Amino acid sequence: MLKKITVLMTVFVFLFAGSAIAATPKSGGTLIFGRGGDSVGLDMAYETDGNSFMIGDNIFEQLMAYKDESTALEPGLAESWKIAPDGKTYTFQLRKGVKFHDGTPFNADAVVFSIGRMMKERNVKFHGKGWKIPAQERTPEYWVSMEMDDTVGSIEATGEYTVVFKLKRVEAPFLANMGMDFASIISPTAFLKNPKEFVRKPVGTGPFKFVKWVRDDQIILEKNKNYWAKSGGPYLDKVVFRSIPENSVRFLELKTGNIHICQFPNPADIDLAKKDPNLILPTQPGMNIGYLSFNHTKEPWKSNLDLRKAVAHAINRKAIVDNLYKGMGQVAKNPIPPTMWGYNTNVPGFKYDPDLAKTLLAKAGFPEGKGLGEITLWSMPVPRPYNPDGLKIGVAMAADLKKIGIRARIVSYDWGTYLKRQREQPDDMDLFQLGWTGDNGDPDNFLAVLFDGLASSSIRTQWKNEEYHKLMQQGKQTIDQAKRTEIYKKALQLIYDDCSVISVAHSTVIWPAHKSVKNFKLHPTSSVRIKNVWLDK
Amino acid sequence: MLVFIFRRILILIPTLLGVSIIIFLMLRITPGDPAELLLGERATEEALHEIREHLGLNEPLYVQYGKFIKRLMKGDLGETIWSRQKVWIEVKERFPATIELSVAALFISCFFGIIFGIISATRPYSIFDYLSMLGALIGVSMPIFWLGLVFMLIFSVNLGWLPLSGRLSVGIDLEVITNFYLLDAVLTKNWAALKDAIWHLIMPAITLSTIPMAIVARMTRSSMLEVLRQDYIKTAKAKGLSQFMVTFKHALRNALIPVVTTIGLQFGVALGGAILTETIFAWPGVGKWMFDAVMKRDYMVIQGGTLFIAAVFVVINLVVDVLYAVINPRINV
Repeated sequence: MLKKITVLMTVFVFLFAGSAIAATPKSGGTLIFGRGGDSVGLDMAYETDGNSFMIGDNIFEQLMAYKDESTALEPGLAESWKIAPDGKTYTFQLRKGVKFHDGTPFNADAVVFSIGRMMKERNVKFHGKGWKIPAQERTPEYWVSMEMDDTVGSIEATGEYTVVFKLKRVEAPFLANMGMDFASIISPTAFLKNPKEFVRKPVGTGPFKFVKWVRDDQIILEKNKNYWAKSGGPYLDKVVFRSIPENSVRFLELKTGNIHICQFPNPADIDLAKKDPNLILPTQPGMNIGYLSFNHTKEPWKSNLDLRKAVAHAINRKAIVDNLYKGMGQVAKNPIPPTMWGYNTNVPGFKYDPDLAKTLLAKAGFPEGKGLGEITLWSMPVPRPYNPDGLKIGVAMAADLKKIGIRARIVSYDWGTYLKRQREQPDDMDLFQLGWTGDNGDPDNFLAVLFDGLASSSIRTQWKNEEYHKLMQQGKQTIDQAKRTEIYKKALQLIYDDCSVISVAHSTVIWPAHKSVKNFKLHPTSSVRIKNVWLDK
Repeated sequence: MLVFIFRRILILIPTLLGVSIIIFLMLRITPGDPAELLLGERATEEALHEIREHLGLNEPLYVQYGKFIKRLMKGDLGETIWSRQKVWIEVKERFPATIELSVAALFISCFFGIIFGIISATRPYSIFDYLSMLGALIGVSMPIFWLGLVFMLIFSVNLGWLPLSGRLSVGIDLEVITNFYLLDAVLTKNWAALKDAIWHLIMPAITLSTIPMAIVARMTRSSMLEVLRQDYIKTAKAKGLSQFMVTFKHALRNALIPVVTTIGLQFGVALGGAILTETIFAWPGVGKWMFDAVMKRDYMVIQGGTLFIAAVFVVINLVVDVLYAVINPRINV
């Protein structure tokens, strides 16, 4: 008996040791990442799409970085930073000994060049000789849509490794913005060699170097052997991003072992992946929200709270998530994802209750929908990261509304027209579906951008609430995160109490991978980080 | 002959001008705005305005068209809206892939289509005839999307004979000179790459060939049937020529004229319409590229790409006309 136990224990010790050895990262190998489309361009200042950003995530770095699986900030190319008491001056101390892939040393002037080139008025100062920044050939879309020209006043390199940003206004999300893809630091010498070609031949400081791009087919990166961080990756020799447009073919490629990671599989294939012993399922709740909102510029939606609440209680969001998100999502209570700081757990969310909805509808002055007429429910024509099928979800919502007596007609346009007309808040729009994918993990990037109708006529919901507007301004101008958390919790309560929007769901991202892929973690910002990934053959 | 060719090339100019006007206007009438699609949910009025300004979309239509034509005169198709690349370079990168696929598909469809057509025509209403015409019917009606996936499941997933998708396996290095991978592999004497490229080509080419094959087979059959009834065929037979000689030397040559026309048209269709095959097999050609451009309203890509394809179409038609004369010297071009 004792002998048996000893043998068993020995086996266990070996097994344990074995798994410990297996957990030590191995260097080498080529990882093949299967994705749905090609990158548009590789100069992050000008890109807007995920397929471009995922390449940039591995070639470039920013002053700030997001931690693994979270949007909490950590030092990136800036080692440390100081914010002046007035909240308008940011001084970054940069890492020393970092080099771009082309050998150009990374320093404060490179930061001034990289960020300065996006400014409309180039209010910049180099420490050394610096460079002449060429005129913009097109609009840096993110810089403009994040209103950075209204935020950044000047950028100055005050030392070889010190750079000072002077802001025009207090902007709490500024640090988080400096971690976004558009704020990537590029090699000025590589850019100036041929400014028009940089978009196809990017040079950064990141863990992988750009090698080759075969349009619509593949992008090849190789290990940056001189990467500055001495701990951790890069472990892989090469990474190949293959474009395989058809979801089911991409999944077949994964199953047959031709690719290692399959982005955006069909929901039906997730079950197959679960049953396959060779596959693993990296999962991450997406930093997004799919919502249904009201035309707040017209009656009766504008001022009839009971009517809005009736709609909210009539819609069976759980059934939508179960059947149309196919389980790849969770019912939303707040319009920001639960993983984000500032999330208000005290908000109960609208429960599905057709009886309560009927009562509320009667109270609103439209018993059994009488007097309301046929309303329109605008539904998106294309799948979005936060909503797999706007039209089907629209149909489900209309059926739910019918149960309480509201007749709703589905309206849709091509995507460009939908976005344009929706922003104009036309009279023929009653309810509309839309959503948002977060950029920087800051609640301001959801709550101000989506719901503060008093801030701008471009805000999609045009909900106008003085108290909310004040909270948003306070949120932007408060640097202390604990205080900001409280502000955003209050704002979320306001949104719920006034039923300004019906938060439908947050989608979940599941990208099946081969079991030999180790340490691959999905990120809430949807960035694809290969630095610490290794292959166990 | 030379005068004819020269005249036909001259006709290209008004043809392309017409195409350019139609495409230009159609794009502007179609709802949707590239700036709006570039920014998506985060579009603000200011950002939209700036982008439109940069892209020149705020200018009146005639100014936009004038600029487009002016560039075109210099042989410049413009720059794409999304990828900020010369349209011509993007065409050059993708067109060889499409040509490679289309030519392979056309080769398969001509070879089998003509053989099936001949068999049917020489043995009308026999079991061969019914079988090959049934095959043709199935070929025409088979959805390419479904067929492609079925091929993949059988030949790649289950049997493991052929690669699933793409043009070349990851890890195979090929020095790209012309972007025609088969040609490049031969030029650089890279036999491993040549084999790999052929392997990748087989399944998409067969998938793309089904519809033209069926059309060619039916066309050959009806045209052959008509020719076989002619007096000179009877004469040839009476002279004691073998069945083979009669069919291939006398009948086929005369029956080929409408078939060649069909093949020319099918080639044109394959060039612009291989979208589905290219999508399923992740084949980086022009079909998928143009389709994406339509979805993203990349005006420059659509304008430039369509013009280019139109030009190629005209040239193919010219080649077909010249071929008539080669096949049948009585036709004077």
